[in-house]
Amino acid sequence: MTLRISEGLLEEIRRQGESAYPAECCGVLAGRVQGNGDKEVVRLAPAVNRRTDDPHRYLIAPDDLRRLETDLRADGLDIVGYYHSHPDHPAVPSGFDTEHAWPWYSYLIVRVEDGRGREAASWTLDDERPVMRSESLEVLSEV
Amino acid sequence: MSVTVSIPTPLRSFTGGREAVELTGSTVGEVIDGLLATHGGLKRHLVQEDGRLRNFVNLYLNDTDIRHLDSTDTPVREGDVLTIVPSIAGGRPAVETKEELPRLSHAEVLRYSRHLLLPEVGVEGQRKLKAARVLTIGAGGLGSPLSLYLAAAGVGTIGIVDFDVVDLTNLQRQIVHGTSTLGRSKLESAKARLTDLNPNLNVESHESRLTAENALDIIRQYDIVVDGTDNFPTRYLVNDACVLLDKPNVYGSIFRFEGQASVFYAKEGPCYRCLYSEPPPPGLVPSCAEGGVLGVLPGIIGSIQALETIKLIIGAGDSLIGRLVLFDALKLRFRELKLRKDPSCPICGNHPTIHELIDYEAFCGIGAAPAYQGPEVVAEQLKEERDEKGEDLVLIDVREPHEWEIAHIDGARLIPLGQLPDRIGELDGHAEIVTYCHKGVRSMKALEILRGAGFGKVRSLAGGVDAWASRVEPGMARY
Repeated sequence: MTLRISEGLLEEIRRQGESAYPAECCGVLAGRVQGNGDKEVVRLAPAVNRRTDDPHRYLIAPDDLRRLETDLRADGLDIVGYYHSHPDHPAVPSGFDTEHAWPWYSYLIVRVEDGRGREAASWTLDDERPVMRSESLEVLSEV
Repeated sequence: MSVTVSIPTPLRSFTGGREAVELTGSTVGEVIDGLLATHGGLKRHLVQEDGRLRNFVNLYLNDTDIRHLDSTDTPVREGDVLTIVPSIAGGRPAVETKEELPRLSHAEVLRYSRHLLLPEVGVEGQRKLKAARVLTIGAGGLGSPLSLYLAAAGVGTIGIVDFDVVDLTNLQRQIVHGTSTLGRSKLESAKARLTDLNPNLNVESHESRLTAENALDIIRQYDIVVDGTDNFPTRYLVNDACVLLDKPNVYGSIFRFEGQASVFYAKEGPCYRCLYSEPPPPGLVPSCAEGGVLGVLPGIIGSIQALETIKLIIGAGDSLIGRLVLFDALKLRFRELKLRKDPSCPICGNHPTIHELIDYEAFCGIGAAPAYQGPEVVAEQLKEERDEKGEDLVLIDVREPHEWEIAHIDGARLIPLGQLPDRIGELDGHAEIVTYCHKGVRSMKALEILRGAGFGKVRSLAGGVDAWASRVEPGMARY
């Protein structure tokens, strides 16, 4: 499976990560699922990080998620995954990420080093085991 | 009551793609139990081991979170809709000291480019490798491939403990050495090869045997220890020192066609003593020098050790902590055993009795009960006596048939040590007998058996057929 996202949207996630630094940003990847299972991100829906006690955690509350989902459905879009930033940490899922991951969704992580957005990588939960597998990420340059 | 359970997209693969499932029950809890009973794959994602809902799984009855109602006891009515809503949580590791990792030069970026392309390694992982300090115990069969791969992978500092010199019999498997370094110290030889492979590498040489006296001081300086030793006292010593110092111990062992590998890390799983609380009796498990080893085997096991070491450093994948991998080269088969921490382990259990390093030679029974010492004859003397007495002096070769084929003394008779007790009747109790083996250890055991059976005139060839080949019959093959 591949996650496709435009360079512009990825840049937007980096920018959100930079403005949230040293805390984490988080949000929803809204898009469409193709016949072969590949996902295409069409729009970002920034979410409110409900965890205010710890800058290295994020939480998207179920109420927020339901509301977002209803809005997206109206536009014919689905939640295909989530993004969040890792301040001063590689774009690799933490144990906490893995523990809280849902199957099927794409988890896009962007590293923010010293306040500057860096590399991104996408991950999905393994079907069998509680581990995250890196997923192919295709960044589409806009014409 | 018939209730509709609305399934979120990520869980639909467990309901055959269906967005909603119709179920009956009188409370939310009953409906959920029914859902899990018909769609077992959902269990892992929705409930904990004790059967309660995981804390990031939310259930809405129509439009209300059941936490605001009576939780799973909330009654349901005909036509209600129960919706599963995820909470999405995560974040970078909370406690991690952000140390300054060394930067990579342009040349290093190019050298490690195939690593940098892997998100699991990346620049960050490569910098972690550069910062890492790994100690390998032994520069032999396992130490060769693992130090080569660690050096190539960009581990910044590799410490090596060894005190041996490169011997011709090593080169069948110890690929870090070469014909050009025969006779030189293994440390010197390995350092030359490893720094040729990767000049960025810093090799720290510890030219000594690892002992209870120096082990803590040496191991303390490193992040990870990789055990490539071939004997039990050192293996227990390395294990105990690593447990006492909280260091992961990447373990490997080989014999003939079989190998094992694991990661012993008492902080997170079992240690070597949890697996083998007692060493085998001395002499029961032969060393590779006695039993032989297929040269490729350490290449496979040593590479697994290098792999596990790199995974520990970059924090990727599932480590071998709590798992023992068994490899059979002839069947080409890997098996895996789950290892559990032993609560009564004397060093990492709940009530440890070992708080410092002990005498490992004594613990493994070496030197504790002195081996049988019978009369010996040196090679030159045996030659003279044979010339004089001819066939009246009976020469018994107690090695294995395949060793006999490599080389044997003319006129000797082959009775492998294991068969000796049953074939003792073939021998004349009054004859003058000399036993020999490869180097003089097994023939002494044969002597003990013969003496015990009442044989009076028996001696063992000191230094075995090896001494004979070097001093009496120089044309003979040695192994």
